[in-house]
Amino acid sequence: MIRILIDPAACDAYGYCAELLPEAITLDEWGYPVVDGKPLPPELVDTARRAARDCPRRAITLRERKGGR
Amino acid sequence: MSSTDLWYATRASGLMALILLTLTMVLGITTSTRARARNWPGFAQQEMHRRISMIAVVFLGIHVVTSVLDTFVNISWAAVVIPFTSSYGTFWVGVGAIALDLMIAVFVTSLLRARMRPGTWRALHWLAYLSWPVALAHTFGMGTDSRESWVIVLGIVCVASVAAALAWRLREVSRQASARTAHASVTGVPPKHLVLSARSRAGSRRA
Amino acid sequence: MHSLSEAVPTTGRYRLLGHPTDLAGHVATLGPAPLPSGSARGWHEAFVSVLEASGLAGRGGAGFPSAIKLAVAHAAGRGGTIVVNAMEGEPASDKDKLLLIRSPHLVLDGAQLLAAATSAQRVTVCVPAGREQVASAVSLAMAERAAAGCAPVQEVMVRPPDRFVAGEESALVRWVESGRSLPSFRPDKGTPLHIGRKGALVHNAETLAHIAMIARTGPEAFRAHGLVEDPGTSLVTISGAVEHPGVVEVDRGTPLIDIANRATPIGAPQALLVGGYGGSWVDPVHFTTPYASLSLRAIGATAGVGIVIVLGQDACGLVESARVAHYMAGQSAGQCGPCVYGLPAIADDMTRLARGHVDPGLMARLERRLREVDGRGACRHPDGAVNLVRSALGVFAADLADHVGGAACGRGNRPSQLRFPQTKRAA
Repeated sequence: MIRILIDPAACDAYGYCAELLPEAITLDEWGYPVVDGKPLPPELVDTARRAARDCPRRAITLRERKGGR
Repeated sequence: MSSTDLWYATRASGLMALILLTLTMVLGITTSTRARARNWPGFAQQEMHRRISMIAVVFLGIHVVTSVLDTFVNISWAAVVIPFTSSYGTFWVGVGAIALDLMIAVFVTSLLRARMRPGTWRALHWLAYLSWPVALAHTFGMGTDSRESWVIVLGIVCVASVAAALAWRLREVSRQASARTAHASVTGVPPKHLVLSARSRAGSRRA
Repeated sequence: MHSLSEAVPTTGRYRLLGHPTDLAGHVATLGPAPLPSGSARGWHEAFVSVLEASGLAGRGGAGFPSAIKLAVAHAAGRGGTIVVNAMEGEPASDKDKLLLIRSPHLVLDGAQLLAAATSAQRVTVCVPAGREQVASAVSLAMAERAAAGCAPVQEVMVRPPDRFVAGEESALVRWVESGRSLPSFRPDKGTPLHIGRKGALVHNAETLAHIAMIARTGPEAFRAHGLVEDPGTSLVTISGAVEHPGVVEVDRGTPLIDIANRATPIGAPQALLVGGYGGSWVDPVHFTTPYASLSLRAIGATAGVGIVIVLGQDACGLVESARVAHYMAGQSAGQCGPCVYGLPAIADDMTRLARGHVDPGLMARLERRLREVDGRGACRHPDGAVNLVRSALGVFAADLADHVGGAACGRGNRPSQLRFPQTKRAA
């Protein structure tokens, strides 16, 4: 199961990730990403990889995790 | 292909490259870290910036290749990258070589972006600010078409676009700096990155 | 094989304070620190098993089991640093200051023991800039130890900036490494910290003092106090509406009100703030809750750092909480958006609430912001502030109803019963 992990210290609220993945990432009132922590549906994984690759601050990583937190 | 065909190809592709590079510059300069706040598709803009730069590179390639293959004037392959070694138009071809070298640096570092530290990448990418005016100088310095009125108009439009983009960017930077100072004085926290004032966030989407 | 628990006989009841401060007195009363001599391997196993058996958890606020922390650091290899965290960023806490002034050798012994257990090459004591009394005491103690050969691993003192977040362990390590006091995002709790390429093991000063005592007395003396699931003793700073504020040494599991009573509250307490400004308010209904992690979690509170603040009857909990929220907002490291913008926004909402300037959307907005900010920083600073505000909204629900109704309670103009260091902004 793949989850999105965002490094809050690196994030500079460009908002590209939310633009690419509105199903999984929304922005708070100050423009910072909110991730719900649930595993990504398989059809979104490729787009998530792209968001991680293209984040200008490299704040996004994708985590493989077995089972729930 | 006749020498004349090559010559037209060189000139046309050169002007196309200039237009596309200008567009690339404008898209790059106007990238905002708070694009979202104005309901602007920042990622799409970044993608456009990248894709147009690639098309520009293609035209640049055609421009370089046709100019070397053209037997009417003598420009060697080496002269394309080593400035001021061409026997034809030594100075202005040399200026073009400088612009090309800088653009190669920008292009290659962008391909390798994931492998270098963000600060290093940024510093190298900013060579673009140098390469564009040098390319512009090469275009008008070569003189081939630069006395045509439509080419002059083209040049003015390119310069005006980049100037406008720069003016916008500088204004953004200063607004964000003063918002950052304001935030710091109210809360006592110095934010490490730029801050936008609350008003401009009015358009941001809510979670 | 050197047995850790067959050291000198204890002075009786297990305690951290009340021993001689000077090195000679310290050694005469408590014996030398049971550091390894000869077979280091046997010593290491004995030390680890004593620490595990004691069940000691960190006293810096996170309450992490010390034996596990040691294992993680040990795995990071030799040549690392033991970082003594005496930053004590919580304004209402004095225990670490007192410990370093009165029993510095216990703290430093604990550091030396961990240094031996991890083959570290340095002990770095972090005392904030401006705390000169503590710094002198530490300096003096280190000089005594160096002269007497009691410091097999080199001991140095450094002076990081006196900010709340500077004491967060990853921020502290980053400061030692590069001079920038910024917490790191650590999604994997099991990864060790580093200074350069070597490992860094950070411990609160009090935790180290416990380690030094447990190594001498054995785990049973520690476990003779406290609860099975939360053993030993803790230093707690009591302040607020009390006649005798100060630091006390209590068994874990002591009912909260008994701790508060040691400082003689002025009148019946309206509420208790447990764990500091990142901790939680406790309602009188829960005053008999034992001071222990699980018991406090069960009532929605956190043990945090050893702090109990007594809120007097004539204070307003919402007003005080608004002041805390502003303080916490100003102490952000400035790295993460939700903290940098969210905490001041929450503080603003709390201030409106405190003054009775309540717009119709305020409560919903405040609740949403609390939800959005919680857990979205690189460190736990915003979590603590959110926790404090949430507990205030719960414990002071009656006041909340009045304030929302538009009536400020009038108790808000009194001077604060809480301590805040000088900040640029008046709350």
